[in-house]
Amino acid sequence: MTAPAQYPQDKVIEVSNLVTYYGRQKVLDDVSLDVTDGEIMVIMGGSGSGKSTLLRYLLGLHRADSGVIRLFGRDINTLGSREWMQIRRKMGVSFQGGALFNSMTVGENVRMPLREHTRLDESTMRIMSRMKLEVVNLAGFEHLMPSQLSGGMLKRAALARALVMDPSLLFFDEPSAGLDPVVAADLDNLILRIRDAMRVSIVVVTHELESAFKIADRITVLDQGKILMTGTVDEVRNSDINRVRNLLSRTYEEQLVDADDYLRRLTDGMD
Amino acid sequence: MRRLTNWPKVVAEMQAVRFRSLTERVGREFVVGVEDFGHGALLLAESLFWILLGRWWQQPVRLRSIVSEMMEIGVMAIPVLSILAFANGAMMAMQGIYTLREFGAESQVITGIATSVTREFGVLIAAIVVAGRSGSAIAARIGTMQMAQEIDALRVMGVAPVRYLVSPILVALVVMMPTLTILSNLMAILGGGVVSVMELHISLGTYSERILSILETGDLWQGLSKSLVFGVLITLVATGNGFNATGGAEGLGRATTRSVVLCISAIVVADMIFTFFLIL
Repeated sequence: MTAPAQYPQDKVIEVSNLVTYYGRQKVLDDVSLDVTDGEIMVIMGGSGSGKSTLLRYLLGLHRADSGVIRLFGRDINTLGSREWMQIRRKMGVSFQGGALFNSMTVGENVRMPLREHTRLDESTMRIMSRMKLEVVNLAGFEHLMPSQLSGGMLKRAALARALVMDPSLLFFDEPSAGLDPVVAADLDNLILRIRDAMRVSIVVVTHELESAFKIADRITVLDQGKILMTGTVDEVRNSDINRVRNLLSRTYEEQLVDADDYLRRLTDGMD
Repeated sequence: MRRLTNWPKVVAEMQAVRFRSLTERVGREFVVGVEDFGHGALLLAESLFWILLGRWWQQPVRLRSIVSEMMEIGVMAIPVLSILAFANGAMMAMQGIYTLREFGAESQVITGIATSVTREFGVLIAAIVVAGRSGSAIAARIGTMQMAQEIDALRVMGVAPVRYLVSPILVALVVMMPTLTILSNLMAILGGGVVSVMELHISLGTYSERILSILETGDLWQGLSKSLVFGVLITLVATGNGFNATGGAEGLGRATTRSVVLCISAIVVADMIFTFFLIL
């Protein structure tokens, strides 16, 4: 008999009715989504849609104003710092610019989580970090400093660091931003390969349509802080929701201007 | 005609608006100040927590990073500190001799040097040198990390940024500030000695005997205890400004400048308060 799943239907992430503010401005409005074990969920949206904010909340970098976020079945608002640490060891994050520590070599960067969380000896850590660098095709680059790497290499090095603890949940912030199409496609393939090899759930935040359609199992489309739809690639492609179609066809949507409102904005704060 | 009769009222209203905006601004600045103070206190509490209990929490403060901070903040400051302290001691001797000569009491300058250097100027120079060198460097380093999402990366890795970045600096400064103060005292007294030897026609041996006979342990303690406080202040102001840095390269520049200015202001004001309570 297999052990019963600790969380319902193997949902690694469950977000329900998340509402967040930046100052007085509502950034996320009643966002609910879930990510199941082993799936690649792409969170897609234009700039200012709130997708990066959503990621920061999923990572536990901020506290939600209202709503519940569960990681591995645990409500992250109620976690003590030790339990948080246990969960964080199961998470890997590849930030937009890589966020490698500039004062360390690539190899030291990749070994950093091991050094902080395990008591392995130096040579084991070295072997493990080299293994992960092999996975992302950066073998032999471990002695370089992050400033000596190209954009694509930085992201792959960051991925190696995210993978070094063998996480079961992986986050990507804009994996293809700032990369040329060939390198971006290469990174997409790498993401797919890692999912197949490591049985890991992956959350990707991106605005690149092509990349999203290529890697996603399901896509969540976010717009102005609200979820427009969540569905498979085909469902999103064939959606009849107007704003989703505009996003896909890159149509500029003209905002209706209210004349009174416009005048009020222009004269605001004057006597 | 009506507008003319209303004129004084309009002026009064404008003055009221101006006054209100002034008081609002003062109030806002005050709130920011209180906020900074609170942040500093929290930062101190958290870094002390990691220093004392980190090992038990599986997040030890690494000796390696403490040593590297000590090198960077302390040992590397030795050359410039030595020169400044020596020059300051020499200047003090020159001014003292010039002033005291009017009363024919120029040999009393040695008393002045011994007490004012150990109580006040040795530690002040050491603190200002460290604040100038490291106050900006620390703020710039942490600010850059903040903007490159490296701080976020630490947090999602399960590494407390304060434990990793602030605690080692706090330990390093609490150890290095008294050490540098002792060095600074020695160099300033030596500087005063060189001038005294030339102007008062005494030997360096006589000078140092006089210094030792004048000095009491209380004088030294006064400087050393201040150096601990300054070390903590520099740590909190510099790291706090780094963590709060926003707004790209320009914001980083602002944060580093603010860090140095606030460090030095905090040192001088704290020094005054300290001296008030220690002497009066």
